[in-house]
Amino acid sequence: MNTPRIHYISLLISLLAHTRGVPCCHAENTPKEENHLLEHVADAPVWHFATINGKELTIYLPIIVYKQEAGFAAFSSRKFWDANHHPTSYQGFYLDHHTKKVKALDGKRVYDFSFSKNAAGVLLSLLILLVLFMSLASYYRRRPIHKAPKGVWLLLTLLVCFVRDHIAKGNIGKKHYRRFTPYLLTLFCFIWLNNFLGLLPGAANVTGNISTTLVLATFTFLVTHLNASKAYWHHIISPPDIPKWLYPIIIPTEILGLFTKTITLMMRLFANILAGHLVLLSIITIIFILKTIFASIIVVPIGTFMIILKLGVSFLQAYLFTLLSALSIGGAVASHE
Amino acid sequence: MDLTILGAAIAAGIITLATAIGIGKIGSNALQSIARQPEAGDKIRNAMILACALIEGIAIICAIICLLIVVTK
Repeated sequence: MNTPRIHYISLLISLLAHTRGVPCCHAENTPKEENHLLEHVADAPVWHFATINGKELTIYLPIIVYKQEAGFAAFSSRKFWDANHHPTSYQGFYLDHHTKKVKALDGKRVYDFSFSKNAAGVLLSLLILLVLFMSLASYYRRRPIHKAPKGVWLLLTLLVCFVRDHIAKGNIGKKHYRRFTPYLLTLFCFIWLNNFLGLLPGAANVTGNISTTLVLATFTFLVTHLNASKAYWHHIISPPDIPKWLYPIIIPTEILGLFTKTITLMMRLFANILAGHLVLLSIITIIFILKTIFASIIVVPIGTFMIILKLGVSFLQAYLFTLLSALSIGGAVASHE
Repeated sequence: MDLTILGAAIAAGIITLATAIGIGKIGSNALQSIARQPEAGDKIRNAMILACALIEGIAIICAIICLLIVVTK
């Protein structure tokens, strides 16, 4: 089967596509004050977990940059701070703290391929998924075929069967669904796990970043169109039963319609998850703004409710992304019977 | 008095109104059809969830636009 290899490669490509996640908004109210709320959900070159007793728990991720004259340079981002925690420059590069991008001291163009916090978050969820599903596969290999799975393997089996029966078989049709079930399952579990992990404090906000969702929507686009049948292309290039003088209007609209689905997939996932994280962070920040602990009497129940809502939203958004991908694939693969 | 922020706030209110009306109509029609034919309850529920999520997608995209208006003012 050559489909599993394609998924490893596509996961690898999605990793490399994380050159730098663009911070979603610029917080430039005053030059001195930084927007702590958006710092929690934006991408960064270091992964800052917490600050305990004045000591910072951070992982300094590698920075890989390329400049036209100087070539590639790779170093740890720790070099950007000197011994007194003041920002410095290193090898002609410095870190612009407002936009969290690496810039060159002489103002030349820098191509940034660093391994940022979101890329590390993607790696972490990849690791968890690989461990979970490879052990599920080896569990099934060891077990005689007529015995039902037990325990946590039953849970994972339910998940796989849910995606296969409800999402794939119902929408793609009996003939072709087996080819696309691995892709849909990867999509579902990856999005759900990342939405889930983003709710923890100190976590990397992977799916709330528009770069990640762009890559995922592009994968759906590619999978749909590389497997589309001739009838699908015929519908776009020469739709039937339309008088020929309408073609200059209809054909650009059809071509645009290819892209709107992808763009809405991307924006829906990104906006839902980002809005969820921002609301949760804002509610918790109310305590810090009011500077009294008695505000927590109101904030903690509201925060608990919001986080339960976010758990529901993370599952729903993963289900929806997968469902809409399956619908597109089904529409593209279906042939006139 | 900043008119930009007022505009963004009113826009967010209008979005909420429109979304609530749309999802309310879907929900009420779904409930009526389930009451009429309980065996088709599963299919109706799937279609309702799909339609609801599509509408909410637009609502949340517009909420992010309002947020962008306020932050990059």
